[in-house]
Amino acid sequence: MAITYTSGEQVEVYRFSIPATVLIPLAAVFLQAWLPLRFPFFSIFDLPLLVTIGFATARRSPLAGLLTGSLIGILQDALTHHPIGLYGISKTVVGFGASSLGIKLDVENAAARFLLTIFFYVVHEIVYFMIARGLVGSRMAWSWPHELLSGVANALLGVLVFMLLDRVKQRT
Amino acid sequence: MDVLGRYRNLIVLVGVLFAQVLGLAVQVKRTNDSESTRVIRIWAVGAVTPLEKALVWMQTSTGKIWHSYFYLRGVRAENRSLKAQIERMSLEQVRMSQDADQARRLQALLGFKEQFISQTMAAQVIGGSGSEQSRVVFIDKGENDHLKRDMAVITADGIVGKVLNVYPSTSQVLLIDDQTSGVGAILDKTRLQGILRGTPSGEVVLEKVMSDETVPAGEQVLTSGGDGIFPKGLLVGKVTKVSMGNDLFLNIRVRPAADLSKLEEVLVVTRIDERQAQPDQSGTARAADILAGRLPTVPPKPENAEKDAAPSPAAPRTAAPTTAGSDAKPKAASPEASASSGPPAVRKTAPPASSPGTSSGAGSGTSSGTAATPAGAAAGTADTKASPKPAKPAVQPKPQPAVQDSPQ
Repeated sequence: MAITYTSGEQVEVYRFSIPATVLIPLAAVFLQAWLPLRFPFFSIFDLPLLVTIGFATARRSPLAGLLTGSLIGILQDALTHHPIGLYGISKTVVGFGASSLGIKLDVENAAARFLLTIFFYVVHEIVYFMIARGLVGSRMAWSWPHELLSGVANALLGVLVFMLLDRVKQRT
Repeated sequence: MDVLGRYRNLIVLVGVLFAQVLGLAVQVKRTNDSESTRVIRIWAVGAVTPLEKALVWMQTSTGKIWHSYFYLRGVRAENRSLKAQIERMSLEQVRMSQDADQARRLQALLGFKEQFISQTMAAQVIGGSGSEQSRVVFIDKGENDHLKRDMAVITADGIVGKVLNVYPSTSQVLLIDDQTSGVGAILDKTRLQGILRGTPSGEVVLEKVMSDETVPAGEQVLTSGGDGIFPKGLLVGKVTKVSMGNDLFLNIRVRPAADLSKLEEVLVVTRIDERQAQPDQSGTARAADILAGRLPTVPPKPENAEKDAAPSPAAPRTAAPTTAGSDAKPKAASPEASASSGPPAVRKTAPPASSPGTSSGAGSGTSSGTAATPAGAAAGTADTKASPKPAKPAVQPKPQPAVQDSPQ
């Protein structure tokens, strides 16, 4: 069992198999594109974001986190008609932040994961909003109640997603 | 070297972010950004859409088996009501075809050009973008099916959007409720023109209508044809709310006729024909002829039997009102129809133009004349899936082409 030591705390570092690393983000992007057509309420969720956070907090490597985030984001961007990079940049920031925070915090319990997901959901939306308004010039509206409500909904789903990810992660 | 090692993560983060911001800036600067990122998009679409296609195929197949073989409750009742509806509509069609003939004559006099949806292709919606900010859907037809950018996408209920990007076996359709879409629209009764746009929250608004105009809620919105994508007269939706906008324009909210959140099958308009309006050369169809054509046909008797049998006029007389009874409604029958509809004995002698054929011929004419309605387009599609019917003596098909479905 490999244990890394960071700031005097013991945290476990996990890895994912190659099939899981490839297929889980792909499945998340696929479900995100497919489910809202059948269940319109699903559009408030951001499954690729939850997978990004889940991978980043489990691996606890900022490099891996930001690269995973950027790749998932770019894949998500490619399915929209917006320029590629909007989700890419947002998820890069989230991936880096989540893995950096994962080193310092215990993110194994459900309450911590819940709060962490709300926080990073809002961060993701703020970064996306700023880039979309500032760089791309999109007309976007910001609504705190909507974002917080979506954040809570995503956090609830996130707890379930992280439990599923726990099953496929392997100790290094 | 120590500094580089210590801040390695941060340096990589800045580098990755910088690269993406740079890429974003390049795409925004270029007018046609989809070309510069086409490879990435093709890869992504190629990775995701086969799964979507497979799932949609399984879902459709299961649904077909269920609905076609197991769940047939109420089909008889539905069939009866549909037959009654067809009868009502075919009478109404006569009245409308007369109006259309008159309009066509006037258009010919004025040298108008008409636009017709002459070819459509049915496609299945297989997925979306997965983003609330990008209201697009993917359909299962693409370059291999000869789809091109900027083709109009409609349903039987109303317009849906336009083809934005075409990939080998799929296409991306921009919905009318996306904030980057724009459709030339006209209000049905007041004939005020504006531009239909989506809002960031997914609503649809009609812009550029001056604030001193009066627009009643509930008024229908149609395409104006000014955008060069949608032919004129397609149903867009209904006005739901009108309020004063910020500038000199009204803020008109429109509810799309097509349910954009539950799209399953759509029609891509692959060809629009434009031609000079021509008056109908075949003469006006009379309501009496249509009525007579829909009466039950008396089977031809053998000559010997005819000679032997005594004439019994009662039989057709009893049959005639039974069929015509449900249709002889004042709403459907035009003045001409009511004037020329004779007694049942006269109807009996009409040529046995079968009602499906008659409806089909008139249907093509009407849907061409009003080419405009997606419902008409869809009806036309259904017509032409079966091979074109020969012209009936009662109602001649109009010279306009009917909607044709391309082979899928």
